[in-house]
Amino acid sequence: MALNRKLAFIDLSSGEIEISEIPRELREKYLGGRGLDIHLLFKHLEPGVDPLGPENVCCISAGILVGTPASASARTHIMAKSPLTGLLGSSNMGGFFAPELRYAGFDHLVIRGQAEKPVCLWIHNGEIEIRDAAHLWGLDTFETQEAIRDELRDPEIKALAIGVAGENLVRFANVVTGHKNAAGRTGMGAVLGSKNLKAIAARGTMGIDLAQPREALEYDREVCNQIASTKFGQIMQRWGTMFIYGVTNSTGLVRVNNFQSNQHPDSEKIECENMDEHSTGTAGCFGCQLHCRHRYVIKDGKYAGTYGEGPEYTSQGAWGAEVGCRDFPTILYGNHLVNKLGLDTLETGSLISWGMELFEKGIITKEDTGGLDLKFGNTDAVIEMIRQIAHREGFGDVLADGPKGAMERLPAEAAPLCVHVKGMSNLHSDERPTPSLALGIATATRGSDHLRSRPAIDLYYLPEPLLRKIYGSPVPYDGPLTSDYGDYDGKAWMVFWQEMLYMAVDCLGVCKFHTIFLSPNMPAFDEFSKWLKLIPGLEMSPKDVWDVAERAYNLERLFNLREGATRKDDWLVDRYFDEPTPRGFDVVRNKTLDRDKFKAMLDEYYELHGWDKKGRVTDETLERLDLAAAVGSN
Amino acid sequence: MAKMILIDQQACTGCRQCELVCSIHHTGTANPARSRISTIKWESEGFYLPVVCQQCLEPACATVCPTNAIGKEATTDRVVVDHDRCIGCKMCVMACPFGAMGVDTHESRVTKCDLCDGAPTCVRFCEAGALTFVEADVAHLAKQRASGSRFAALVGAHR
Repeated sequence: MALNRKLAFIDLSSGEIEISEIPRELREKYLGGRGLDIHLLFKHLEPGVDPLGPENVCCISAGILVGTPASASARTHIMAKSPLTGLLGSSNMGGFFAPELRYAGFDHLVIRGQAEKPVCLWIHNGEIEIRDAAHLWGLDTFETQEAIRDELRDPEIKALAIGVAGENLVRFANVVTGHKNAAGRTGMGAVLGSKNLKAIAARGTMGIDLAQPREALEYDREVCNQIASTKFGQIMQRWGTMFIYGVTNSTGLVRVNNFQSNQHPDSEKIECENMDEHSTGTAGCFGCQLHCRHRYVIKDGKYAGTYGEGPEYTSQGAWGAEVGCRDFPTILYGNHLVNKLGLDTLETGSLISWGMELFEKGIITKEDTGGLDLKFGNTDAVIEMIRQIAHREGFGDVLADGPKGAMERLPAEAAPLCVHVKGMSNLHSDERPTPSLALGIATATRGSDHLRSRPAIDLYYLPEPLLRKIYGSPVPYDGPLTSDYGDYDGKAWMVFWQEMLYMAVDCLGVCKFHTIFLSPNMPAFDEFSKWLKLIPGLEMSPKDVWDVAERAYNLERLFNLREGATRKDDWLVDRYFDEPTPRGFDVVRNKTLDRDKFKAMLDEYYELHGWDKKGRVTDETLERLDLAAAVGSN
Repeated sequence: MAKMILIDQQACTGCRQCELVCSIHHTGTANPARSRISTIKWESEGFYLPVVCQQCLEPACATVCPTNAIGKEATTDRVVVDHDRCIGCKMCVMACPFGAMGVDTHESRVTKCDLCDGAPTCVRFCEAGALTFVEADVAHLAKQRASGSRFAALVGAHR
């Protein structure tokens, strides 16, 4: 039996735990991970509840292929109503927790209620125990994991934990496992904090049966070869995502000083090559041959001796370009600090950069910042702000409420300068010259985000026949497709296709770097279909996998609509349309997005999904995706 | 010709793919707990070390075995367990200084690396190159060259 991992309902208010099978029918409809999570969340969460109240429901899961010979099948998914956006909260991370959860007998946890005192969960070979965690409260994410291993006397335990930011209900607090794997976005750490749930520890020795073990192993070797032979794969093995920075910055696609420029003039100081001085080797998530992160010990300066893992491209923006810093050790330390305190690096960096622009423009002053000189490039102020946010001290307490909450506490002139969608800040990428990327962040179900629909390969000027081959399968598409990333034509389809791909990946529990995200030669629906046949033994065509993704994606859409989202929430802040890019290549300089064309692209995007002009899911679409009953029952 | 699994600790990325594929090869299930190789990790220090049977020349496991069930295989130089003679006393588990001898409760027997009969699966899947399968009599040469290159750098020779 390849599909015998369980689902557990855990009520932290009453202490009751109910363990049940996952019906095969649900597997066929949603697979697992993010797909099954949205089914569970949609079904069990009452609309309109306080995200930080006991009524919020938090789903934590492993994808259906996790811990098996599918490439880098290491991903944990966490879903709840977001305290940052008030809409869908959803975040995904690598590491070793999800495989351990599966080896301990579980695929999905549905956590509700609120413990009276700090607790943690201990999951071990089919059993779940709620344990006292009063002594863990106040510890950072790294200390918490080590303390659990010491206490339970098993160094092989894998745990996820919140840091002090989650305890303090910072609305973008994350959940961390290991030293850098973070379910970073949408404030899932604050949800766990509100439930007094400090950590979840797992350890298991229960094997996962495979439908065709020999064939699965040989196919894994084949896919590993495919992945490791791509140029992207080889660069990732050497530098990780930091390599992207040199490319996007020289093109002019990064946000500098919040949103005031799109190119960082002396960026060589923060590019990936600086890593060699500090790196002690690389590290991989479970079963991953790309080992895209560095282990490092900061070599010199005031942070010398600090151990960390990463940083990602995101942190080069958060602690570099966005805040106007050009100091590599500060990037390494900032990355370490947010992981340790349990903060979303992206949101934290973006909000601090927003604060800095407000400071520069005199909208806030030293009176608001408690005397802190919050000017761009002040590395010490950046590090101090990270600390203040996590501890909810001083001006940090304002930013800790996220874009929406902070706007209520700041002068009215502050709001238009914040670069966010649905109340979640954007990556340090500038999408003014790239309509497809702009549409992706505008429409992503969890708010501004590059990991839910970004057609990154649109930046590669790939020849149209290759684009047709990629984007024309498993669902035929004969509409426009262009190689020019400055175009609006056909980009809605690219975004739609990538949404389905990334949703499928998140249901499987595989890493996005192992699919068509940054390389056109990576696995996609055909490979997913074969994995499902060889590993859990599910006979599903590539189109069947697409259908699962579309069903789950529509349910995410329905979740947001039910919480009050409208077409207005699929839109970008005015800066994208009104302020032209000042720098970069000819094709990206002096660009804004065109409101009319963007509106038409959004219409097209809705139509492709089977949604009406207001972005509502039509009855025909509900019927087509077999969702009518799921929606009707609520 | 005797070959050995050579471990390059510095190259290990801690991904545990070796454990996964070993368990599938030997048990047909994905279960690192049943793997013959383990990546021991100190997460907070970022130190990873794959541990597997060293196929000792004078195996402690064989020395303590009361039924002489463990011995060196002449053709391959690997340490093998004769499960017909093994009584499952687990003295070998206690004696092995590396923890390379394990107990598989599913199969009710002691387990150890058998080099997959000459083509170790862990080596075939180790993308980082931390595990290689090399002729034992030349295994040290790469280390000599690495050591030599440090000396060469000191005296300013070209490398």
